[in-house]
Amino acid sequence: MCLAIPVLIKSIEDKEAEAEIGGITRRISLWLTPEAKVGDYVLVHTGYAINILDQGQAEETLALLREIAEAEEAG
Amino acid sequence: MKYISEFRRSELAEGLISHIQHSSKTPARFMEFCGGHTVTIFRYGIRQVLPETIEMVSGPGCPICVTANADLDKAIALAQIPGVIIATFGDMLKVPGSRSSLEKAKAEGAEVYTVYSTMDALKAAADNPDKPVVFLGIGFETTAPTVAASILQAGEQGIKNYYVLSLHKLCPPVIRALLDAGEVELQGLVCPGHVSTIIGSHPWEFIANEYGIPCVVSGFEPLDILQCVDMLVGQVEKGQSKVEIAYRRGVRPEGNRQALKLMEQVFEPAPARWRGIGEVADSGLKLRDKYKSFDAEANFTIEPGPVVEPAGCICGEILRGVKTPADCPLFGKTCLPESPVGPCMVSTEGSCSAYYLYGEGLGG
Amino acid sequence: MEDKILLAHGSGGKLAHDLVEKSFVKTLANPLLDKLDDSAVFELSGRLAFTTDSYVVSPIFFPGGDIGRLAVCGTVNDLAMSGAKPLYLSLAFIIEEGLPLSELEKIVNSVQRAAGEAGVKIVTGDTKVVPRGSADKLFINTAGVGVIPDGVDISGDKAGVGDKVILSGAIGDHGIAVMSQREGISFDTELESDCAPLGGLVADMLNASRNINCLRDPTRGGLATTLNELASQSKVSIRIEEKAIPVREAVLGACEMLGFDPLYVANEGRLVAIVPPEDADKVLKAMKKNKYGKDAVIIGEVAAKPPGRVVMKTVLGAHRIVDMLVGDLLPRIC
Repeated sequence: MCLAIPVLIKSIEDKEAEAEIGGITRRISLWLTPEAKVGDYVLVHTGYAINILDQGQAEETLALLREIAEAEEAG
Repeated sequence: MKYISEFRRSELAEGLISHIQHSSKTPARFMEFCGGHTVTIFRYGIRQVLPETIEMVSGPGCPICVTANADLDKAIALAQIPGVIIATFGDMLKVPGSRSSLEKAKAEGAEVYTVYSTMDALKAAADNPDKPVVFLGIGFETTAPTVAASILQAGEQGIKNYYVLSLHKLCPPVIRALLDAGEVELQGLVCPGHVSTIIGSHPWEFIANEYGIPCVVSGFEPLDILQCVDMLVGQVEKGQSKVEIAYRRGVRPEGNRQALKLMEQVFEPAPARWRGIGEVADSGLKLRDKYKSFDAEANFTIEPGPVVEPAGCICGEILRGVKTPADCPLFGKTCLPESPVGPCMVSTEGSCSAYYLYGEGLGG
Repeated sequence: MEDKILLAHGSGGKLAHDLVEKSFVKTLANPLLDKLDDSAVFELSGRLAFTTDSYVVSPIFFPGGDIGRLAVCGTVNDLAMSGAKPLYLSLAFIIEEGLPLSELEKIVNSVQRAAGEAGVKIVTGDTKVVPRGSADKLFINTAGVGVIPDGVDISGDKAGVGDKVILSGAIGDHGIAVMSQREGISFDTELESDCAPLGGLVADMLNASRNINCLRDPTRGGLATTLNELASQSKVSIRIEEKAIPVREAVLGACEMLGFDPLYVANEGRLVAIVPPEDADKVLKAMKKNKYGKDAVIIGEVAAKPPGRVVMKTVLGAHRIVDMLVGDLLPRIC
């Protein structure tokens, strides 16, 4: 449920932003994430940014998964 | 970091699959509440790579599927009022109500716009100032704040012909209702990712604390689901039950406060009808009195006629996780994606549609 | 004021004649058309392929093409998919009253360019104008005829166990380029429709091998629907690999946004070939040398079971059924 995808904020004008994914751009609303800045990746659901993605957390998760994969390969 | 391809990498998936296979000893049944998770699980064939100890069952987390016929009939009746423009997400078009569907109403002359966003619905209202534009407010906590924002925006911009038929539903109350019914025994819950983006992970704590069921919030990429299952297996093997997040990039424990604030400003909890489950207290949202001028229910005379349920359809039991599509006598016979009898076959993320389209049970 | 198409342009009277002579015949000129007789008269010999299709795309101009180019390429490609060398096309317009004449002329020019590129001639045509609201700007019907070279026998029921499945390029460009212009969905993209005439590509492939069993262009319904048609006609299973299927980043992005699966998005300049394994490499090599086949890849092969079904190996190594498209692609939230 609730399809939401990561897009990159390219520019902001008032409560709306120009956001990009894979060369596709679309206007999105920042009503739910007023703190979003240009350069942030946000999760967009039905045209609204619902969250700013946390790059640090994403990297930590991937590092953890790499550790698991390496341990499994070794073991 | 683009947050998509990184979470589809097969070598990391192999590591997780291997880890799950080594660590899972105790038979366990996990429910993925969310239809989006069901789709990821089928689309990538995740059930096939899990060990026999783990059974995945699908839950009622598809807003289209759980919309009761009585409410669908209301939406269709609204569409049939001459002059009214209905704006809706594409998901709703084909869902059959008691006698018709929005798609059929459209073929008969109703004005039905498919939109990607309430932003597009607002634009339709601004472009057609002489006609009322009614947006069908379908969706869980993820979607409700976007609809709340559109109402506030309509107010700011002085758009007076924009209305919302609120059929929004809330997830935690219905999970409690499911667990209280006691029909399905669970050893773990895959908690909905984007609902949790809004409400955070705290609202799931009652499930771990009061019902002793491990909870892990998951994202929608294959690695997210596998990591979530791995964490659930970890809790099961250690005899724990707590709430964890396997989707930290997208979910904070406290959720999105701004979104919650707007949702609470515009809506208040109300009882809601769920297909197959019935009325659940405080599991829906209605517009507060202050925003009555945007409420379709308050501004139109809606006459949907008597409710008729499709004979033989077991969508209700499937939504409760009690039965699977394979148990349904209509599945794959009279109920097909091209001629759906029940909503679970219509919605792309409905269990029946996922079972049918992705051929569950197919060997290598 | 801008010149617009009037009902009188379709009446058969003076205005109609002017339109045909000035806008159509001048641009599309060739000896068969120039005669302006009731039918085009020509001689052909051998096995012929004959096809027709109607084009109702909205909007009529989209990134990378327009309804005119599409109407030529679509019919040329249908002929090419039976192995034929496309030769002659008919061209019939149904125009909604009020269409700017300049737009119609732009489309006729585009028809001519596409026909020139495809090596076909427009030899007969028709124009009707309907009242405002009775059509959406412009509908086009084209029919086409082509000649099949000796020794070529291509049909959807000929896929054999062990055959290789070749795809000529990345999928979904056309569908997403058109979708980007739709009202209520609109997004910006530099992506262009893949709309292209494939007669030349097919000729190159047949020069490499006359043993090609099936050819089909995955238009509406996308790659998934085309593979299902072939599997079902040939009563075989088609096994494909998710990793092998090329999809551009922009198509992936739009699909993520709208909740689509690229396997179901339309193409207008791609083809699927099913070829005996011993001929696959030379066909592939020939394709890569043509500009419309330079990204060609083998995406899978034909197996016996389960007959009529397409099975895809996912990136996780699991298998899933890929079914046909049901209904329209609609943006979804769930």
